[in-house]
Amino acid sequence: MFTDEALDSVSVRSLWRKSQQSEQESRDCQTRAVHSAEAGIQTVFTTLSCTQTEPQDQATEQLLKQNHNEPEPLGLKDFLQRVEEAVIRELVRNARSHAFDGFQVNWGDRSQLVSCLHCLQHPISQERGLHVTSVSWSCTGSVIACAYGRIDDGNWSTERSYVCMWNLDRRGLSPSQADLVIDVPTAVTALCCHPSQPALIAGGLYSGEVVVWDTSRTQDPVLALTGMSADSHREPVYQVAWLPLQKKGEFGVLSASSGGRVLVWMVDSDQGRFILNAAYALVQQQVSHSSSVSLKARGSSTVGITSLALSPWDSDTFLVGSEGGLLLRCSFSSKVPAAAPSEGQSVTLRAPAVFSFRPHSGPIHSIHCSPFHRNLFVSAGTDGLAHLHSLLQANPLLSLRVSDSYVFQVQWSPTRPLVFAAATGQGEVQIFDLGHRSLRPAATIEQRGAGQAASCLSFNCQNPHLLAVGNTDGTVGVWQLSADLTEQSPRESSQLEQIAHQVAE
Amino acid sequence: MLLAEVEETLKRIEAHKGVIGTIVVNAEGIPIRTNLDNSTAVQYAGLLRHLTMLARSTVRDIDPQNDLIVLRIRTKKYEIMVAPENGFLLIVIQNPCE
Repeated sequence: MFTDEALDSVSVRSLWRKSQQSEQESRDCQTRAVHSAEAGIQTVFTTLSCTQTEPQDQATEQLLKQNHNEPEPLGLKDFLQRVEEAVIRELVRNARSHAFDGFQVNWGDRSQLVSCLHCLQHPISQERGLHVTSVSWSCTGSVIACAYGRIDDGNWSTERSYVCMWNLDRRGLSPSQADLVIDVPTAVTALCCHPSQPALIAGGLYSGEVVVWDTSRTQDPVLALTGMSADSHREPVYQVAWLPLQKKGEFGVLSASSGGRVLVWMVDSDQGRFILNAAYALVQQQVSHSSSVSLKARGSSTVGITSLALSPWDSDTFLVGSEGGLLLRCSFSSKVPAAAPSEGQSVTLRAPAVFSFRPHSGPIHSIHCSPFHRNLFVSAGTDGLAHLHSLLQANPLLSLRVSDSYVFQVQWSPTRPLVFAAATGQGEVQIFDLGHRSLRPAATIEQRGAGQAASCLSFNCQNPHLLAVGNTDGTVGVWQLSADLTEQSPRESSQLEQIAHQVAE
Repeated sequence: MLLAEVEETLKRIEAHKGVIGTIVVNAEGIPIRTNLDNSTAVQYAGLLRHLTMLARSTVRDIDPQNDLIVLRIRTKKYEIMVAPENGFLLIVIQNPCE
């Protein structure tokens, strides 16, 4: 009866979830895709153009156009009638006038003043009281060479001395420190820079030696030295100069001493010595006499040479000034043997004098030939006068009182035919302009220190506005000259010609 | 009639030796008669009127009783002559070396 009842399982599905979920809803939403795009653009050519109209002066146009059909402006006729006479008078006068002929205006910057640019000093020489005996510009015009020595001392001495050089175009120019100092065993009495090679300088020493320095050599600047031989001078050399030789571009050294000798040397740079090429002796008896002064020659009858000048026009001619005031024209080609006893020279001494000018009354310190006229030269000496001479006349054309003291050097301006400068014993440098009517100096350069003499001067041929002046206080002044002392005026050369053709009184 | 006289006066001036050109300028600084080309005349008129005024006032400042009669300007190439009166200017350009 009773059996195991096996009942099938009854499953009842839950309705809960269903009842809960029945209200669920699912929704979707999406925005549309964003479209993006990229594009580049570039122009290949660009052009730019501008335009502008000019404002027209309408009134002018109108008035010019109305020229012939509009009525006259009021008063025009009266005006023209009134001014016609005046204008025509001026026009006629203008056409005839020569007032502005050859007149030139220089609107450039003119320096009106003479001013000191540099005052160069060599402290050691100054301490020892040495004088500047000679100044010379190098051929480039930028280097000034100064020789130290004594001009007041006649005694034989072995005092050491110097040659100093300053390059004025150098950036760090130091006036109290020379760019190059050459030690010299005795006083230097003369100096001359080579006319084409900036490194070469010829010098004359108080001992009678002649030397050539080569400043490009660092070790020993002495290129050649005459030494003490039978050929060389035995008295102080007062002038050295570079003498153009036959072969173009070659130069010999010409030296003149108070012993009455003028010697021409060839430089043998390989051997470091000089070769005597020609020798001239001035002897009292052979000097053509137009002079009336009695000359006291030293011991013998030689003529002590204190100055010498070469003519830039005639390579055969040189001028000599002596201690006794003699002024002689000499010739290199002279064949007359000198009446001097031979002292063992390798070359025969010749007597060069061909003409004697009227002598000065004292030693002639300086002679200089005019660079603008072949016959003119100027000489000056202890008498304080500057004589302007023609080579053709014994008497001076003109005598100018330069100073009450000595005159140590005269030199013509390289650019102005009528101008020369003179260094005086009173310390001034007087610059004369022969174009001026008066015979007073056109300019005077005063030195700072009183009682100091200006012992030498030199115009700069490359930079004509520069003038170097050496003083006995050991300083060298470099002066800038004013425009009217350096610029040649149109009629100057003819004026110089006139002066040269004058007949001396 | 009036016209002829003015032209004749200018012709007489232009006939003189070396005269290159004449310009008559009125009180406004405008060239009214000239034998030069337009732009040259306008330039000359404007510049020289200014200069003439300056010169005249200089003369009168120095001495009020004095007055400018003719202004002559010498240049490298020619001479410019300006005669002012009553506001008018007569400018004559002359080459004296011709």
